[in-house]
Amino acid sequence: MPPDTLFERITDYANRPDPYPLYAELRESGVVRQDNGSYLVGTYHEIAALLHDPRISSDLRNRKEPDPDAALARSDELPPSFIGVDDPEHDRLRRLAMRPFGPPHSPGRIDALHGDITRIAEELIHSFHDKDRIDLVDDFAYPLPVTVICRLLGVPQEDVPRVRAWTNAIIAGFDPTPGEDPEQRRRSAQEARMAMAHYLGGLAEERRGHPTGDMLSALANDEGPEGRLTHRELMATGVLLLIAGHETTVNLITNGMLTLLRHPDILEQLRAAPELLPRAVEELLRYEPPVHFLPQRSPLTDIDVAGITVPKGAPLILVLASGNRDPLRFRDPDRFDPMREDNQHFGFGSGIHNCFGAPLARIEAQIALDALLRHLVDPRLVEDPPPYRRSPVLRGPRHLLIERAAGA
Amino acid sequence: MQIVVDLNRCQSYAQCVFLAPQVFELHGEEALMFRPSVPDDQHERVRRAEAACPVQAILVGEPAGLGAS
Amino acid sequence: MIGEGRIVVVGASLAGLRAAETLREQGFAGSLTLVGEEPHPPYDRPPLSKQVLLGRVRAQDVALPSRSAVDARWKLGVRAGGVDPIEKRVILADGEQLAYDRLLIATGTRARPWPNADEARLDGVLTLRTNDDAARLAERLDAGPRRVLVIGAGFIGSEIASACRELGLDVTVAERGPSPLVGALGGTLGTFAGKLQRAHGVDLRCGVTVTALKGRNGRLTGAEFSDGGRIDADVAVVALGAVRNTEWLDGSGLAAGPRGVACDAGCRAFDMYGIVTDDVFVAGDVARFPHPLFEYQMLSLEHWGNAVAQAEVAAHNMISPGPRRRPHLTVPAFWSSQFGLNIKSVGVPTFSDQVVIAQGSLREGRFVAVYGYRGRVTAAVSVNRAKWLEHYQYLIETAAPFPPAPGAADRPGSFDPVPSDVPSPQLLSHGPTVALTGHLPDRHLTLVRHELSPTAAHCR
Repeated sequence: MPPDTLFERITDYANRPDPYPLYAELRESGVVRQDNGSYLVGTYHEIAALLHDPRISSDLRNRKEPDPDAALARSDELPPSFIGVDDPEHDRLRRLAMRPFGPPHSPGRIDALHGDITRIAEELIHSFHDKDRIDLVDDFAYPLPVTVICRLLGVPQEDVPRVRAWTNAIIAGFDPTPGEDPEQRRRSAQEARMAMAHYLGGLAEERRGHPTGDMLSALANDEGPEGRLTHRELMATGVLLLIAGHETTVNLITNGMLTLLRHPDILEQLRAAPELLPRAVEELLRYEPPVHFLPQRSPLTDIDVAGITVPKGAPLILVLASGNRDPLRFRDPDRFDPMREDNQHFGFGSGIHNCFGAPLARIEAQIALDALLRHLVDPRLVEDPPPYRRSPVLRGPRHLLIERAAGA
Repeated sequence: MQIVVDLNRCQSYAQCVFLAPQVFELHGEEALMFRPSVPDDQHERVRRAEAACPVQAILVGEPAGLGAS
Repeated sequence: MIGEGRIVVVGASLAGLRAAETLREQGFAGSLTLVGEEPHPPYDRPPLSKQVLLGRVRAQDVALPSRSAVDARWKLGVRAGGVDPIEKRVILADGEQLAYDRLLIATGTRARPWPNADEARLDGVLTLRTNDDAARLAERLDAGPRRVLVIGAGFIGSEIASACRELGLDVTVAERGPSPLVGALGGTLGTFAGKLQRAHGVDLRCGVTVTALKGRNGRLTGAEFSDGGRIDADVAVVALGAVRNTEWLDGSGLAAGPRGVACDAGCRAFDMYGIVTDDVFVAGDVARFPHPLFEYQMLSLEHWGNAVAQAEVAAHNMISPGPRRRPHLTVPAFWSSQFGLNIKSVGVPTFSDQVVIAQGSLREGRFVAVYGYRGRVTAAVSVNRAKWLEHYQYLIETAAPFPPAPGAADRPGSFDPVPSDVPSPQLLSHGPTVALTGHLPDRHLTLVRHELSPTAAHCR
């Protein structure tokens, strides 16, 4: 039976290469109630208002119908991480996590990574310099951010394969694949999450009293006016930072290169004028964002959204990628325009839950695309559309095969 | 290069501080301070901050009224 | 008059600059002259009481960036002495006369001086409005005075006190009102601000006035207070609010006075009879304009954002035919940073009868206070909670009911509004940064018969 509701069509794997016509349909329909009682919002201004509305919860425990993932989370020995709780708890956890990562306490930390990231990117490119065909995902877009986040957190390089295995299981956990047993999938995800949590907790514990300059050391040792994270909070935060710290960046880099390969004139323009890249990356975040929707919001009280009452506790799904293409906000929204002005996209969300790792993802994407443009001469897409990963939320190609002129 | 930040628009996402920590700083948890006159070696970083600002609050230009008498 | 003719902008600060840029951006191709009393090209004032006093930025380095190249004649370091609305000429202090087809008045405000001229002349008695003022004050603070006296606890006074404490200087703040910031934010936040200052080591004295500034050999040595107290101090900063620069318009027939130059929602100046002109426009701190969200009361806003927004509307309207003109409807907004906190406001907190803490808590120092007037939301102030403010701006714009519906994650339970306790401006040392003047006419007109005179009424 073909999928019928709009949300089912959006999440249908067959529509992964191009969900944008469905988003247009969603915007036309306003706020869309699904048969399962959830509500979809895809228009820019409504999403912006909801992201700044203090009555919208990110905590699945506030759902009226218990969410199976939330039920699982409750049985978990870990507390929810800061993306899954509301203020003031969210604020406290996020501020503690920010202390070793960014301002006001560590303003220069990410800026100082420029040289390291550039070096890692150059090394990866060098490793395939004699190949005529590369898989951008496996050869570059995955290893770059995972190496960076592991180095930043203090995860030894030799453990990266374990990290990757856990991450795949966790991501598959919220990735509905028809025909599979969802219970099995959730259990594997749960086990992987716990394994990763204990692993990171162990690393942090080793460094308590013996800091090694990385974020896990800082989280385990540095004490602010509000104290520090408990051990369990540190474990949950570590898992979040490690996974979110690379999964989405893979998509940003891959979607970015795919988009540039589909716009060869712009690719050449950026190659000639790399100072345009920062703006181009912002446009990529609008045009092909790494996170397509926020699936875990719900109102704490009945609220009105564009004339529709969304009841307390109902699942409220904010389709950021649709807001990014809203013609009421962006002129000519389906055009990729790296010079676009006034580009207030939802590529990193907005409001208090805006992407924690945005500054890192941003410079990784800038450095990655800059390096690729400099070294890949006459690149060509082998297949378009490429095969996509299953997830409709963290949307991006599973592989991106690129051929280049021989000998270049 | 001269800058001004519209601090009414600013919501303290601090992306500019990450990108150009010698020009922008958080004073306390949230209050943004900036150096209106940008040193030469910071121009590129400030351009990146301008592009990255989620609320597009950073105005970059040359000093107004240059050559005014 | 759309693309051609002569435009004179009097006032070359933020509003004057943004107006000039807008005129050119929108295609005005005629002659454009900017007149500024200060010798400096336009600069940004908010850093003067923050970064500059902390020594992070030099006072001469706060120039404003231009949004676009402006082809204009700049007359800086020259005061405008008057305007002749019949002959359409601005008369400058250096004797030059500038003919105009459209005039924009953007002369802003100046610091209210210490009322005793002899005391005001003492070495060490300063005000803070211009970058020259800031340079002088920064130099004094850098020299390590034994104690700084700040007279008036409005935003500027409080920011100065904050900078002093951050520099490790002893500071006394004297305020006639019951607490700092009370004139702009009312009683609840005023009390919060008072506790904040004391927690940071400010010697805060409320409910007192400075009765005398003491000096020896021309140098400030201390001050006496109305409660009999006295202190030694090397520096006194007079932060008693602002005076609108309208004296140069005396006799012009325009509705100009201590509360500003009155104009309509399209920034066109009124004459003294309340008849709107069509060639004289007003923008920025000096303007006094009706706002529909606040019952069309005449607002005077000393806000950075208002200067920008109103200048853009004024410039657009100066070169647009009637039906294409726009109203200036921007919701007022401002910010302050002091004692490590980020304070932001939307709406008009003084236009209120009640206030409620809608998110967070005063105890934590992270919260949103929402103000209401007769059952609708009229303002919100966030302290280290800037990301939520947009929500409340929407409530203000839509005249949402007050108190706002409960349900915020960080403020469970129902709301308990309290009176907002906005004092009359007469009770304060610091002037209000928003003046509601609609129901408080500041001058009385007396009609006198005088044939064909352009100024057939006098003010008293």
